[in-house]
This record gives sequence, C-alpha cells and structure tokens, in this order.
Amino acid sequence: MSARRSWWRIVVGVLLTAVMLFPVYWMINVSLTQTADMRKDPPNLFPIDATFEGYQQVFSDQLPFLGTSLIIGLGTVILTVVLSAPAAYSLAKLRPKGGGTLNFILLIAQMIPAVIMAMGFYAIYLNLGLLDSVPGLILADSTIAVPFGVLIFTAFMSGIPNELLQAATIDGAGHWRTFRSVVMPVSRNSIVTVSLFAFLWAWSDFIFANSLDGGGALQPITMGIYRYIGNNNQQWNAIMATAVVASIPAAILLVVAQKYVAAGVTAGAVKD
Amino acid sequence: MSSTQLSSRTTAADPERGAAGPAAPRLRAGTRKAKRRAQWIAWAFLAPVVVYLLVFYAYPLLRNLELSFRDYTVAAFVSGNAQWVGFANYIEVIQSPTFAPALWNTAVFTVVSIIFQFTIGLALAVFFYRHFPLSGTLRALFLVPWLLPLLVSASTWSWMLNSDSGVVNSFLEAVGLPAINWLTSPQWSLIAVLIANIWIGIPFNLVILYSGLQNIPGDVYEAASIDGANGWQRFWRITFPLLRPVSAITILLGLVYTLKVFDIIWIMTRGGPGTASTTFAIWAYQQGFGSTLPAFSPAAAVGNLLIIIAFVFGLIYIRVQRRMDIS
Repeated sequence: MSARRSWWRIVVGVLLTAVMLFPVYWMINVSLTQTADMRKDPPNLFPIDATFEGYQQVFSDQLPFLGTSLIIGLGTVILTVVLSAPAAYSLAKLRPKGGGTLNFILLIAQMIPAVIMAMGFYAIYLNLGLLDSVPGLILADSTIAVPFGVLIFTAFMSGIPNELLQAATIDGAGHWRTFRSVVMPVSRNSIVTVSLFAFLWAWSDFIFANSLDGGGALQPITMGIYRYIGNNNQQWNAIMATAVVASIPAAILLVVAQKYVAAGVTAGAVKD
Repeated sequence: MSSTQLSSRTTAADPERGAAGPAAPRLRAGTRKAKRRAQWIAWAFLAPVVVYLLVFYAYPLLRNLELSFRDYTVAAFVSGNAQWVGFANYIEVIQSPTFAPALWNTAVFTVVSIIFQFTIGLALAVFFYRHFPLSGTLRALFLVPWLLPLLVSASTWSWMLNSDSGVVNSFLEAVGLPAINWLTSPQWSLIAVLIANIWIGIPFNLVILYSGLQNIPGDVYEAASIDGANGWQRFWRITFPLLRPVSAITILLGLVYTLKVFDIIWIMTRGGPGTASTTFAIWAYQQGFGSTLPAFSPAAAVGNLLIIIAFVFGLIYIRVQRRMDIS
C-alpha cells in the first residue's frame, strides 16, 4: 500500500519537475541547434542534429566577458565578507547600543529597488569618474549582498556558545584575536553561504552593469548576452550557448552547496 | 573583584559564573568604565559597515532625492548647477499619460505574480512534505529557476515566446489553438512577463513554505488523524492556519521583491509595446537610461514613488516578523 503510494508520488514529482525545468532544457536544446534549423516550424524537440557552433562562438567572443564577471564576483565576495562578518560579530556578541536600529536599517536597505540605487550611483560615479570601471561595479554589486551578509552572519554567530569565546579570552586573546582565530573558523558554513550568494548575485547582475558600465572596455557576461541579443537577432544558438555558460556557476552552486542554498533562502526571510 | 579592566575578562575568569552558564549580566559599580570600553570595541567592529551604509546607501538615496527636486540634465551634471524646482518633477510625473498605465501595470504585475507564486509554491510544499524516494533531489532541482541569472531566464523565455519560432506557439498550434503574439501585442505582453516572473518566483515560495511546514509539530496531524480528519480537512484546519505567520512573511517579501522586478521585463519587452508592460521600475529606468536624452529628474521622482510603496510593505513585513518573534 505505502509502496504504491510512494510510486505515485515519484511519478507526479518527476512530471512536475520536468514541466518546471522545461525552459532550462529548452535553453540547452536551442544552444545545440543548427543555425539553419533555428526558424524551423515546429522546432526540433530534441537536439538530434546537435552542433557546437554556438559554443565555438561563445569561446571566440565571450571569454573576456566571463573573465570580467569572475573578477567582479570574487571582488564582491571579498568586500562583502570583510564588511559584514566583523559587524555581525559585534551585533551577535558585543551588544552594541543601537544595534537593533542598525539591524532595522539593514532590513530596510534590502528593500530599496536596484533601479533607484543605479541612478544614485550613476550621479555619484559621473563625478568620481568611476563609470565603466570594474571597481565601480564591485562596489555597486556589493550593496545587494552586504545587508544579507550581516543578517546571515548575525544569525549564525548568535549561536556560537559564549563559553568558547570566554575560553579564548582566558588564553589572553583580545576581541580582534578572538574574532579572527575563533569566530571566523567556527563560522565557516555561514561564510560559504554568504560568499556563494554574493558571487551569484554579482555574476547575475544586469541592471548595474547596464547603467554603470554601458560603454566600458571590461564588461560582465550579462552585458555579453545583452549585446548578443541586440546585435545578431538571428543567432539564437549562440545566445543560448552563452546563457548556458553563464548558468554554470548556478549549477555548480546547486550541486556543491545545495544545503547552503536552502539555508540562505530561508534565513533571509524567516529567523529561526 | 571590584575593580576590573574588562568586564568580559572578569566574567571569564570567574569560575562560579562559568559554571552557572549564561547568567544574566549583573550590574556592578566600577564597571561603568569597562562598559564604555566594551561599547567602543563593539562599535569599532561595526564601523566599516556603518561607513559603508552611509556612503553607498544613504548618499545615493539622498542624491536621488536631490535629483528629483532639481532639473538635472547631463550638462547640469557636469557643471553642477541644476535649478531647484521643488515638486515640479513629481507633478510632471503624475500628470504624465504614462502614470496611470504604469501604476495599473505595477499593481497587476505584483498581485497576480504573488497569487500564482504563492499558490503553486504552497501546493508544491505540501506535495513534497511527505518524503519519498528522489524527493530531496527533485526539490533541489526546483531551485534552478531561482538561481539562474535573471538575464538568462528572461532571454530564454523571450525565445520560447517568440511569435514565429517560439516553442510555446508551436505547442498551441499542435493542439489546435491560434498562435499568440506574446511579446508584441498590447493585450498579451504583460501576461508574457507575468508567466516568466511567476516561474522564477515559485522556488522561493516553495523553499520558505516547505521550511514552515517542517516546523508544524507532527503530533498535531496524528491527533487529527485519530479524530478521523481527511487530507483536505487536515490542510484547511491545521496546515493553513498554522502556516499563516510564515505565509504572511512570504507574501510580504514577495511584494517587496516583485515591486523591484526590472531585468525580466526589460529584456522581454522593454515595457512595451507602448506602455503595455511598463511598471514603475521600468518607467524610471526608461527615463533615466533608456534613451540618448536622459531625463534623470523625472526618473528619480518615479523611483522615489516606488520607494515609498516598497517601504509601506517593508514596514508591514518588519511588524509582522517582530510579532512572530515575540509569540
């Protein structure tokens, strides 16, 4: 009886997942389609005549964009962790006066639409000469991740037993030593979570890239795809191949760090 | 132990306290200085983020506010003397023929997105609540749409919804329905971006509601089963009421996130045709960056209206969450 019920659930579950992931499948399918078959009606449902022309084009056109995105992603990760981890340690363990207000401000900060931040940054960067630059984009992208980082780190560090920190203090460590040598190593999981999300958001960012780096020499991969769409409307296999390549970090993240992903989604919304 | 240098150090050095576990911090005379020192240290750790928030959040927001009260052009940016015009930009924006459709589209886009994301997410969460072989893997795969770069999802949907060569239209034709100009006809373009946005938002709702379901104690269901409640009754009488706080949080966060949506609409339709899929976020961006002759000041005014709407829901969200923490 129960075995039969679980079969029923597996079949429905697989079907639902297949429907949900159809666009992802379609992206891969189109990326492997011959240019000549692109406008075929009805389209080929399976990549029977698979070609890698699209991917060849990605590797000849898009490598610089991918490199830039990698640098921006890593820069954003470092900036986010360096800024948010010490703040979270303080909020979680050192009871600063006004810490509650700061937490409140961080929650509010997450709700500001990126369109508005983009305009503010544009006005500032125009005067500072930071438009079309990689550091400018790293700074802008980090605004998506820093408030989230502080909230995740605070939630995690609140759970570190006080006895552990006191033991470090007995051994003569100051607050900075305690933070560096005890708190940070213990918080490894939350560092992974925050870094993954910071990287993914920076990698996926389009609005800051399009408004703050519209004409730069070094542009991220989202701009690479966007330009493809604008320039050669016909070559959807190349566009979708770029899209597949741009999705690789998300895929790696899901395979390597699935539990961190779910933890990040939930912790961002519901405090346990 | 009356005069101490560092309150935390005495706490640690005192064996009685250590044994007593996390005792409430006692107020003692003479520790005031130590306390002040502790505050200094606490704020030293916070200082980088505070400076960061001031420079990269508060300042752009203020700049944006200033933009909306002056008449800024690119030339005025360079010379730095834009004229103060008070609320003129706001009046211009509200009287613009785009205002009414943009407001309507923002409302429809947000409400419809959330209704579908939440309902489908909840149905899936209930479905996945009972573990079965493969359920963990399938649940992980459901996260994919949420993790993909928005630009990737948006361009994939653009091609799938293409009028002539899109797979969606070829499905429709295969079952005998007429093809639809999803992205180019005024009556369908908002629906097209809605479909893509709902697809992207389902995983988020699924994950949060699933974790909410996990927190409902199992013995409540057992008791209901003993009393003879069927699956439908169990859902409406137990799951739904007990899930209400988590649902409120999910919906409010959804509201705040959906108001911000930009990438999907911009890639798929650019807000068009005409104003058929223009929301506030798109409208602001169109004015600020969409043309060769940027109108930063009206754009900032639209943006600030959007912030006000987002803040209202944001504050409700924080209130609900606080109340959950207390209870």
